[in-house]
Amino acid sequence: MIKDITIGQYFPGKSVIHRLDPRIKLLLTVIYIVMLFAAGNFASLGVGVAFMIISFLLSGIPIKMMLKSIKPILPIIIFTGFLNLFFISTGDILFEWKFIKITSGGVHTMVFMAARIILLICGTSLLTYTTSPITLTDAIERILSPLRIIKFPAHEIAMMMTIALRFIPTLIEETDKIMAAQKARGADMESGNLIRRAKALIPILIPLFVSAFRRAEELALAMECRCYRGGDGRTRLKQLKTEARDYIAIAITAAFLAAVIALNIILK
Amino acid sequence: MEKFIQIKDVTFSYVNDYDDPPTKNTVIKGVSLDIDRGEFVAVLGHNGSGKSTLAKLINAINLPESGEVTVDGMNTADEERLYDIRKTVGMVFQNPDNQIVATVVEEDVAFALENIGVEPSEIRRRVDEALKTVGMYSYREHAPHKLSGGQKQRIAIAGILAMKPECIVMDEPTAMLDPIGRREIMSTIKQLNASGVTIVLITHYMDEAAQAGRVVVMDDGRIIADDEPKKVFAQAEKLKAVGLDVPGVTELTHALIKEGVDLPDDIISEDECVERLYNLLKKG
Repeated sequence: MIKDITIGQYFPGKSVIHRLDPRIKLLLTVIYIVMLFAAGNFASLGVGVAFMIISFLLSGIPIKMMLKSIKPILPIIIFTGFLNLFFISTGDILFEWKFIKITSGGVHTMVFMAARIILLICGTSLLTYTTSPITLTDAIERILSPLRIIKFPAHEIAMMMTIALRFIPTLIEETDKIMAAQKARGADMESGNLIRRAKALIPILIPLFVSAFRRAEELALAMECRCYRGGDGRTRLKQLKTEARDYIAIAITAAFLAAVIALNIILK
Repeated sequence: MEKFIQIKDVTFSYVNDYDDPPTKNTVIKGVSLDIDRGEFVAVLGHNGSGKSTLAKLINAINLPESGEVTVDGMNTADEERLYDIRKTVGMVFQNPDNQIVATVVEEDVAFALENIGVEPSEIRRRVDEALKTVGMYSYREHAPHKLSGGQKQRIAIAGILAMKPECIVMDEPTAMLDPIGRREIMSTIKQLNASGVTIVLITHYMDEAAQAGRVVVMDDGRIIADDEPKKVFAQAEKLKAVGLDVPGVTELTHALIKEGVDLPDDIISEDECVERLYNLLKKG
């Protein structure tokens, strides 16, 4: 059923990683990304791998889910891999045929870049696997809220994201109904070339947009009835609390970052 | 003595600026209506009779063109009291999908309280209380889009209830629900009214109106009847003239009376009708 699709890719659980304060989790993900880009050799990248594996094991996410997240970016990895392989000409020549020249430097860069991209994706996927979209939105709002002094609309952005998340299933269901209704009237959406099929979408998109606007108006009215007046003076049902485990997580991540930097300097 | 909700000689029009010259469509034409604390009023009328517009006048979504509306002594035109008015008079709309803001039931119920700036611990308490009142407490961590229409509408009611309003205006809350959902909502409404909340129920279902303490019938922007259900439905001809049906039971008794059967003309509940007919048949 179309109703059962999951929004985002949240994987519910109660692991340590799941229970970390989402703001801290976001911060740690940023440190992890810095760690990956700071790593200058395989030894320091190995530290990044170790960090990834440890957090992955702690999260209790099945390995299948993790592999699934890498799959869509495989073409990019292969493509950049070939570019690195053929166009980097440092180090010893391993293979030469006409204009094609493969060097040890090229192979090195190819493997290094591929490993870095995969680690990057695994890390960010772990964040979305262990944090529900609504919590993530909440965390983003709170992280950005100091920017309110320079008139940055932190609350408004978070509100828009929440409403978007809330209406995705509703609109998908609606699309389904409109498609069925148009098919019942003889609309043909499966045959013909690309242009014809794109044209066949118009009778679906127009009613969908009209209804989305009507929904928006009613929702605005309902929100006004519930005294909505923007982010000022608003309190929250759920308070985010940083606990001991959050500080421990920060300390561990910082240690890993330090190790990466140290290895970079030692093995220069 | 001042009434809880006072609507005094109000007119209201929708102005369409896109037409040239702008056209004006007057939908409320001099309506006066007083509602007491704790009443259960049903407002009946066919489409376009102005009943929804009237509902929106009560909590300052629409402001009267002439005349005035006061809620607990606060004039709806007074912008400074706007949020006090909306806290006093909550509103539930027809489509439950378009009223739910959050992706988790309890967060949605908390929405109004978060807006008013209630303390988190107090929000928690009131959210739990409101969810228990509508019987949805065990669903507090569910995603609203996976619930049935009746359940979603009860969540919407809980979201209003959490504000602790003295009055709830419901604009056809059952129009998009199946019979089970309708029954759920009607029993919730009656339970709320019994606990002292004033209810204004806008509807076009006669059987729902029959359960109210007072029925107001609207046609073409005017109130044409305002009395207890029995007396309103006894005027079957008048209701039919404005395109409304009377409840099936009333229709039956009126037909029987015409045929010379000895029945009172103000029967509105099925149970009463059955009892009367049973007694008649036993005698005969």
